[in-house]
Amino acid sequence: MYDSLRKKNPALYWLLQVLLYAVLILGALVMLLPFAWMLSASFKAQKDVFNFPIQWIPPEWHPENYQTIWTQIPLVTYFLNTAKLTIIITCIQLLTSSFAAYAFAKLDFKGRDQLFLMYVMTIAIPWQVYMVPQYIMMGKFHLTDSHLGLVLMHTFTAFGVFLIRQFYVGVPNELMEAARIDGLSEYGIWSRIMLPLSKPAIATLCITSFVNEWNDFMGPLIYLSTDSKKTLQLGLRLFNGQFSADYQLIMAASIVSLIPVFIMFVSLQKYFVEGIATSGMKG
Amino acid sequence: MGEVKKGSYRRKKNLIAYSFIAPNFIGFFILTFIPIIFSFVLSVCEWDAGNSSQITFVGLANFQKMLTDSTFKISFKNTIVYTIGVVPSTLILSLLLAMLMNCKIKGRTFFRSVIFFPYVASLVAVGVVWNALFHPDNGPVNQLLMALGVQNPPRWAADIHWAMPTLILLSIWKNVGYYTIVYLAALQGVPGELYEASKMDGANAWQRFKCITWPMVTPSTFFVAIMLTIYTFKVFDMMYITTQGGPGRATNVLVYHLYNQAFISLNFGYASAIAMVLFVIILVITLFQFRFEKKFTSYL
Repeated sequence: MYDSLRKKNPALYWLLQVLLYAVLILGALVMLLPFAWMLSASFKAQKDVFNFPIQWIPPEWHPENYQTIWTQIPLVTYFLNTAKLTIIITCIQLLTSSFAAYAFAKLDFKGRDQLFLMYVMTIAIPWQVYMVPQYIMMGKFHLTDSHLGLVLMHTFTAFGVFLIRQFYVGVPNELMEAARIDGLSEYGIWSRIMLPLSKPAIATLCITSFVNEWNDFMGPLIYLSTDSKKTLQLGLRLFNGQFSADYQLIMAASIVSLIPVFIMFVSLQKYFVEGIATSGMKG
Repeated sequence: MGEVKKGSYRRKKNLIAYSFIAPNFIGFFILTFIPIIFSFVLSVCEWDAGNSSQITFVGLANFQKMLTDSTFKISFKNTIVYTIGVVPSTLILSLLLAMLMNCKIKGRTFFRSVIFFPYVASLVAVGVVWNALFHPDNGPVNQLLMALGVQNPPRWAADIHWAMPTLILLSIWKNVGYYTIVYLAALQGVPGELYEASKMDGANAWQRFKCITWPMVTPSTFFVAIMLTIYTFKVFDMMYITTQGGPGRATNVLVYHLYNQAFISLNFGYASAIAMVLFVIILVITLFQFRFEKKFTSYL
């Protein structure tokens, strides 16, 4: 729509272009500067963190901040706990969700629509509404203050089933009919046809689950009390409390905690965007 | 004979289907569905887990208690203020950004990633950098304001009146990228011919927005508004991480109160009653969405 303007009124066209990029770059700066400040502070000496005007390049370099943080609190344990929980939850969730999604999308059985309605209805109910009874129940099973409790709590989500089911519905039935005639069982169809076909949906669920688990704060906060079981986000928060004056260390620890999500984000951002676009449209 | 065979075939089909659903359903039923039902029951009961494990039915006493609980009232009011502060501004800003990014620009992927990144960054990490940036004495934001001649810059999260606006700002910053992408997807679905045709008819930019863009993205606006509202009503961790509900009770929100009642004071019954208030609010929002958006979405 700009092209005709470019010929008719080049001055206005270029003014608009400059304005457009100026606003976008300003927006990008607002989003990025806090992270840049964080990164720069993480390499500084304590006394230089709050220097003003802001020194983006540290006047003295202190890369050893990144060594110190590992020795001050059991950050390695927290890191491993979070990695373990994230991987286990993401894997089991993918498996059970896509399994159930296949039945909901492609198999005809008694009570299917009622069961699926039950799933859909609970998507809208936030965890905060039922976290108290759930916690009491977990306590009865002796699963509070355990990783197993967190795994069980986060694995069987209605959202996962819903997301993959929406994808499976779009797979043509002829594909399955042909496979049945060739003698494949339903399990065979799921593992050989549906699973390989649903890579985009699985990638989307995988990313969502990974980011949610990595960043989860409230779940571990309520469930975990033993120090050696705590997760990275809880540990980071403890660290911030203990070293509240050592901003350079806090920033270094925060940067370290952001790295896995950053790598995931940069390498798979196409799926992030597609996931939002599809789940966003379907609501 | 044929009937029996058909029946057993049907049963086998059902069994296979159930075997697919079972692994997820059993976990879902026990850990999500039962607690949801249980929370209705708990909200009309008293259960102080600290003293005994006796549950007693108390009727609507928990809900009556809310009327005299000043912290509940404050947290409810704060949640409303937070919602009003976050929802419209995030919505407008994300639509604006999406429209800019929908123009023919170079580096769209870059801008999209940059705007989106705060959304996936952990709140603990983001909260700590915000606390440092908005530090009332040493923070760069206030130093900049003072350098610009502002005598008494706001004390941000440390000030009763400024704490909530500070958190609203943080929320907008953190979430705007997500909704920008939702809007961007919607805008990319608007057929270009519509704009071409309207330009032939001599429509100006504002008319094009009012008559084409805005109506075309209405389903997304619905979605964004509802998602944002639900998000603002269930917010907790942002307050817990940055202000601990303070100073005073200035940033104490509904779920923060719920958390304190349940896991600090161990008033499970009262906490569940607060959860019911949350449930009813979100139910109303969701029903509103279903009623007005039916024509745009199909679930089943």
